[in-house]
Amino acid sequence: MAKFRKEGGKETPAISTASLPDIVFMLLFFFMVSTTMREVLVMVDNGMPEAKEISKLEKKSLVSNIFIGKPKDQYVATYGSEPRIQLNDKLANVSEISSFVVAEQESRKEEERNMITNNLKVDQFTKMGIVTDVKQELRKANSLRISYATRKKVK
Amino acid sequence: MARKKTPEINASSTADIAFLLLTFFLMTTTMDVDSGLFRRLPPMPPPDQVIAPPVAKRNILQVLVNKNDLLAVNGELMQIENLKEKAKEFILNPQNREDLPSKVVKEIPFFGQAEVSRGIISLQSDRGTSYKMYIAVQDELTAAYNEIRDMKAMEKWGKKYSELTEEQMDAVRKLVPTAISEAEPKNIGKGGKK
Repeated sequence: MAKFRKEGGKETPAISTASLPDIVFMLLFFFMVSTTMREVLVMVDNGMPEAKEISKLEKKSLVSNIFIGKPKDQYVATYGSEPRIQLNDKLANVSEISSFVVAEQESRKEEERNMITNNLKVDQFTKMGIVTDVKQELRKANSLRISYATRKKVK
Repeated sequence: MARKKTPEINASSTADIAFLLLTFFLMTTTMDVDSGLFRRLPPMPPPDQVIAPPVAKRNILQVLVNKNDLLAVNGELMQIENLKEKAKEFILNPQNREDLPSKVVKEIPFFGQAEVSRGIISLQSDRGTSYKMYIAVQDELTAAYNEIRDMKAMEKWGKKYSELTEEQMDAVRKLVPTAISEAEPKNIGKGGKK
């Protein structure tokens, strides 16, 4: 038997780490592509309700976000605790929506202007009153595509 | 004179650099795709038109949500779990009952002459209704439409609605059009604050 045994047990060779950078780069590119930087600082509570029958919003560039909810704790002193509307990065009144819609349309290409979807990100504890006001304003501004942002309900 | 070979650049630190970048993107990434319930608002009626065109009573399913988040369908209290079945019965009207919506025959690609329901679901909420409840109701109504579309797609192609091609989806959408009217808000109760 000793015949088969090699003299002086061979050492296990070190695992080559030469391909490690490649693997890491692959992961890196994946995250770089899939990442979306948060563009605005959300100043209102934004716990979205859950729903089952949701559909994805397809074109990200054609979505304009409208946040509605109570101001976050650190802003309560300045803005009060009543639900407010946030357009871009500042809190606004209902009357400012029409100019916001126009501004959003201006920033898109001509042929895509009436394809903008208003993504209503409303906190689940908000009352419908303010949401209805916003919807009426959107109707007046003739920006009719809306989406109620929701989270997927886990069954 | 023998030229000195350029020494190979030590590449062992690329992994570290890449790891650093990777961690950065891992931390900042938000994977959430915007998703939600898509709706199309009705256009504002022209100012000279005051009265909306009348719709036969049988063609309307009135869904009311009050400020206490109670649900009423055609004037009767209802649990939200039962809303989907009610809506489905309303849209399909399988027995052609007199008190459920009438149908109109339309030419639809793939289906030929097909009956399309005239029913409209009128969803009315109060200013004091919670958004959570409102979305729950919207979700149930969407579920009703989606199930009917799935059913029609199953009958015709043996596939689910979501697995159809663009044209087929379009045809099914014409056969079962989403008709949820988010009626003009009415100030029933003073639950919500302006």
